[in-house]
Amino acid sequence: MNLNINGDDHEINVETEMPLLWVLRDEIGLTGTKFGCGIAQCGACTVHIDGQPVRSCSYPVGQVKGKVTTIEGLGSPGVLSKVQEAWIDNQTPQCGYCQSGQIMSATALLSNNPSPTDDDIDRAMKGNICRCGSYPRIRASIHAAAKAMKETGA
Amino acid sequence: MSKLGTITRRTFFVTSTAVVGGALFGTYKYKQPVPNPLLDGDDAIDPDFASPNPYIKIDKDGVTVITPRAEMGQGVHSTLAMMVAEELDLDWRTIKTEHGPASNSYYMSIMIEAMVGHQYDYSTSTQFKRRLTHIPAKFLGIQMTGGSMSTPDGFVKMRSAGASARLVLIQAAAIEWSVDPDSLTTEDGFVINPVNNEKLAYTALAVKAAEIDAPSHPPLRDPSRWRYIGKSVPRVDIPAKVDGTAEFAIDVKLEGMLHATIKMSPRFGAGIKSSDTSKAAAMPGVEKIITLKNEGFAVIANNTWRAFKAANAISVEWETASYPAEQAGIMKAYEASFNSEPNGKFDVKGDIDLYFADVGDFIEAEYRVPHLAHSTMEPMTAVAQVKDGRVDIWAGNQAPVVIRDAIMKIGDYKASDVHIHTTFLGGGFGRRAESDFTLAAYNIAAQTDGRPVKVTWSREEDIQHDFYRPAAIARFKGVMGEKKPAAIDVQIASPSIMLSMSKRGPIPAIGPDKLIAEGTAGQPDDIDHMRIQTFAPKLDIPVGFWRSVGASFNGFLHESFMDELAASKNIDPIAMRLEMFGDLAPPGNKVVEKVAQMAQWNGREGINGTDNDRGRGFAYTLSFGAHTAQIIDVSMTKQGIKIDKIYCAVDVGVAIDPRNIEAQIQSGIIYGLSSAMTGEITFADGKVVQSNYHDYPAMRIHQVPEIEVTILENNPQITGVGEPGTPPSIPALANAIFALTGQRIRELPMNKHVEFV
Repeated sequence: MNLNINGDDHEINVETEMPLLWVLRDEIGLTGTKFGCGIAQCGACTVHIDGQPVRSCSYPVGQVKGKVTTIEGLGSPGVLSKVQEAWIDNQTPQCGYCQSGQIMSATALLSNNPSPTDDDIDRAMKGNICRCGSYPRIRASIHAAAKAMKETGA
Repeated sequence: MSKLGTITRRTFFVTSTAVVGGALFGTYKYKQPVPNPLLDGDDAIDPDFASPNPYIKIDKDGVTVITPRAEMGQGVHSTLAMMVAEELDLDWRTIKTEHGPASNSYYMSIMIEAMVGHQYDYSTSTQFKRRLTHIPAKFLGIQMTGGSMSTPDGFVKMRSAGASARLVLIQAAAIEWSVDPDSLTTEDGFVINPVNNEKLAYTALAVKAAEIDAPSHPPLRDPSRWRYIGKSVPRVDIPAKVDGTAEFAIDVKLEGMLHATIKMSPRFGAGIKSSDTSKAAAMPGVEKIITLKNEGFAVIANNTWRAFKAANAISVEWETASYPAEQAGIMKAYEASFNSEPNGKFDVKGDIDLYFADVGDFIEAEYRVPHLAHSTMEPMTAVAQVKDGRVDIWAGNQAPVVIRDAIMKIGDYKASDVHIHTTFLGGGFGRRAESDFTLAAYNIAAQTDGRPVKVTWSREEDIQHDFYRPAAIARFKGVMGEKKPAAIDVQIASPSIMLSMSKRGPIPAIGPDKLIAEGTAGQPDDIDHMRIQTFAPKLDIPVGFWRSVGASFNGFLHESFMDELAASKNIDPIAMRLEMFGDLAPPGNKVVEKVAQMAQWNGREGINGTDNDRGRGFAYTLSFGAHTAQIIDVSMTKQGIKIDKIYCAVDVGVAIDPRNIEAQIQSGIIYGLSSAMTGEITFADGKVVQSNYHDYPAMRIHQVPEIEVTILENNPQITGVGEPGTPPSIPALANAIFALTGQRIRELPMNKHVEFV
């Protein structure tokens, strides 16, 4: 089957029920997307399919119909996205393991809703666990990214 | 491990005080500088770098600071690099950090300081005894990360490393220019001659500097001249953590690497009774299934998911466990332990039995806390390769020399044959101080004909094969005086973590286990009549270090009961706490006064004392040297209890990076509250019941309010910050719920008794 990931086509030959996560990590070698729980409970594996956030640990690769974006595909080559920049400005990550998933969920939120309220952030982000408890800075980063995106029209 | 080290391990803990340790080994040997592992490792055969000491590497591309403590989210690489940069005059933007190799040279020098005195005691004699413990610690040579020790351990070490490197670079420049070294200055990676403004980069001086002996005790700068310490700098590890390039063990890629997982006995210590692996072995992508010492299986495959699937397809009947199979039976063993000889007695003041025999009214309460798992976001994972007599391990780990020594013993290797590559840790919290997952990876890689293998645990294996924060039962008796408690008598039953760890690690368990009581014992409580007794039920359920260790439950026990005593006489808990300090710990008074000011504290019930839908709770714990006071505000909503705001004042002695300290304190609070609200590991049929985040939940973003942190610097000594946020968070919430509802929560997790948003 053919998968379009971050704009590149990949021909892969695996069981159709293999979760997208393990195709990305073990078959293609894109390890920015993380394994956390395997049952769509923690959000560490969040990627986009046609811009919508999905839990790749529980998404059979055979059902992927659209274009896949992973953390490696955000921004443009050598340039971080506004969300990633806000994450650095606010010194958000601690251990960092969940952050790819957090950033993918936040990016999807902001592309649907350029001015999220705290309640909007709660709804969009409550599927992503951070055991280090970086939540206060995740919230601050999302607000900051929203502001930056408005200012630059990005 | 040197022979001396081995002898030290066997004999040192027999001696009752570290002072004896000092006399035994003498200061001569202690004062010799540690060998530099950078000049003796993989890169040292034909080095293209200079290394004046074990912490600094200078090559043509720049300066790399070896930060030999595990970066598990606490920002330790930046904290330690700031200390070096402060003395070496580096430009922060050019700084590179590396974990470096496993080496006894990176020993934790303050590892056994906690054996000496109370944490709030800074008398000259206690400080002297603390310093003496650095001598046996050096001979133990344990490189580890934990106990909130990295910052206090590194504070002099890392600055000295920077200062000493600076001196040799200046000398090298002085030779080059034929001038007096005292006439030269340094700035942002250059030696400068102020007379003619000539500059030489450290990178250009590295080769010459390598020939000059570095002083081991260079003078350190006066704090008034600090440029980095006390300011917030961008953490060096963060850019890679937002673009997916940060490498955790689970991300290591090697040529020809296999992917494996494990399936261990769900009953601790119980082996395989019978099994059938034929179905699993025939599944797609499976290379091999092996048994691990009859304790479980490893499935070796070409893809992690295929390995997981095959592991599920192994059919196996396990032996029964030695401990009671059901939760109720386990707790019965705890209850029974109260009738045994105490494991330890702490803070004994006055004649408690006589006092309680005479006193009329007293308050009694029993508290219970459950076992807890760590549930780091990255499940246990390690990569291993065993080839041509050489072992390589890639793992996020908190104790690299312990892993190295264990592998040397299993496979009869020399230290130089075993290479531990420490990656970023996807969370540690104490779990990655254990060597089980790295040794399993070694044992698996020993059977793959030299091919590297990545061993990834499923979340279920991770939660069900932890070294748990032990459960505890505590029985308190107390008498309230005029303004503060007049007497408390405490009995705590909880298994000894040190005993459990001694069965699998290098440190023997001798004498009472202080960890059972820490956080109830050792508090600056100026109470006339006191006694804390501990009881240690023996069960073969592995227990280990969990963020803040004994204080993780003793903070809840002690501070909940203090709140009960205050409430019994309708006394304000903060007024009572300030009375309780006496003259014991002035920095404690200051954090309590500060948090009260931050929250505009005006009593426990409602923000203004009138609003029945709101309540606030206060708690204070001294742990890991840091006085920490918190106030939590809660309110009742239709969906349940909501945490509205958290205030914390913490005293760290010297704040290295305030922004990072804030993050760590918030992190410790959220980790504590996660456990308080919903965290519980229980047993049925000898197995852990919980298995993943649906039944072992963590706090999520919608439950976390604003957390305001104020950092104070009154403590006479610098402290770490990874753990002190955790202990008071749990009782502050329980006390807030009492203020809100009148319900006293004496059993965790709290969601057994109340509902949360």
